[in-house]
Amino acid sequence: MAEMDTSSGGGHKKGPGVKKGKKMSTRVDLTPMVDLGFLLITFFIFTTTMSKPTAFKLNLPADTKNPEEQNKLNDRSALTVMLGKDHNVFYYEGQLADGATNFKSSNFKDIRDEIMQKKAAADSSFMVIIKPNDESTYEDFVKIMDEMKISQIERYALVDITPLEDNLIRITEGEPALPMPAAPAAGKK
Amino acid sequence: MSRPKIPRKSTNVDMTAMCDVAFLLLSFFILTTKPKPSEAVHIDPPNSVSAKQAPEKDLVMISLNKDGKVYISTGDGADDKIQKQEIIKSVNAAKGLGLTDQEIALLTKAPFIGSPLAQLKVQAKMDPSQMSSETLQGIPCQDTAHNEMVDWIRGVKDAYAGQHTPNILLKGDNFAKFPVFKNIVGALKKNDLLKFQMVTNPEAAPNGSLLYKAIQSGKLNAAE
Repeated sequence: MAEMDTSSGGGHKKGPGVKKGKKMSTRVDLTPMVDLGFLLITFFIFTTTMSKPTAFKLNLPADTKNPEEQNKLNDRSALTVMLGKDHNVFYYEGQLADGATNFKSSNFKDIRDEIMQKKAAADSSFMVIIKPNDESTYEDFVKIMDEMKISQIERYALVDITPLEDNLIRITEGEPALPMPAAPAAGKK
Repeated sequence: MSRPKIPRKSTNVDMTAMCDVAFLLLSFFILTTKPKPSEAVHIDPPNSVSAKQAPEKDLVMISLNKDGKVYISTGDGADDKIQKQEIIKSVNAAKGLGLTDQEIALLTKAPFIGSPLAQLKVQAKMDPSQMSSETLQGIPCQDTAHNEMVDWIRGVKDAYAGQHTPNILLKGDNFAKFPVFKNIVGALKKNDLLKFQMVTNPEAAPNGSLLYKAIQSGKLNAAE
């Protein structure tokens, strides 16, 4: 196909004096074209496999109305992680102490080490409680779920944030605190 | 004894055949690649270490864009389209929307549903190419008292009743706010659909983490 007229190329012997009528071969070197072809193939293969979305499976527990059926937490072995706005992360260990002395702020970089340390120190009943507040984004939520997977935490729970914790976050972020609800406050669920 | 004369051969290999193969493969890959379906609603999903592939059949996709607007759609297959029609019919019957058969057919053809129940008739009249996150206001799901997702999920449940369970996919944008997500989850919970999947972009397990070690030691399959 790519060979065209090649019969005249090799047939004649050229004498020592014959210099004129230089015949160029019409054969085209296809090597660069092959290179290009394979380069494009590799490009397409890589770009197509990259963009396949994956799915993060999430199984929710059914809500139990009955408080006796709910899991009771061992105070010592729980780590509560709260998510605020601008990818801020806050956490405390066990129960929230009076005056919030064990309330610490962190970020997504440091929280992994923190979780790992706690996991290594705690027994098998170690549990992480995740409480995103209303300012946090979906990305943060997926990220923290991802952290659970990365650190292989088997027990974690998604819990609604309490107004007290929400206010602690707001104060740390420099926002005006919401009024503590005696009755359910507006905008709270 | 003189050596037999070996004819000098050219070292040039004919590249034509290889070139043919290369381009044949190239055209094969280009043609078999499914182009990303054009999205009227742009969503930038977050990353996760999950390596499980998102399903492509029997899916019900709930999209959540960065402004907190919620849209619902099904897969592109013929079966999924039938289910979509069933979902719309079921919601229509349950909420007494009074949609005509023609309007239901038009809504089935639409790439997604993203209007409050009261305005579905308006969306049915729209040209599918006009439907986007600018023109449609999404399914209201911002507060728990007025959560129309509950009705839609109930429709999904009715449509798939007695059959296999649908793959519920939730595709949220990085910047979507958490409360809307919580309301969607609340709507799923209300209908006892407790299993769903979140669409994410794949990411490698970070070096040195427990997950990384588990994958390296072969204890854990990354695809799980």
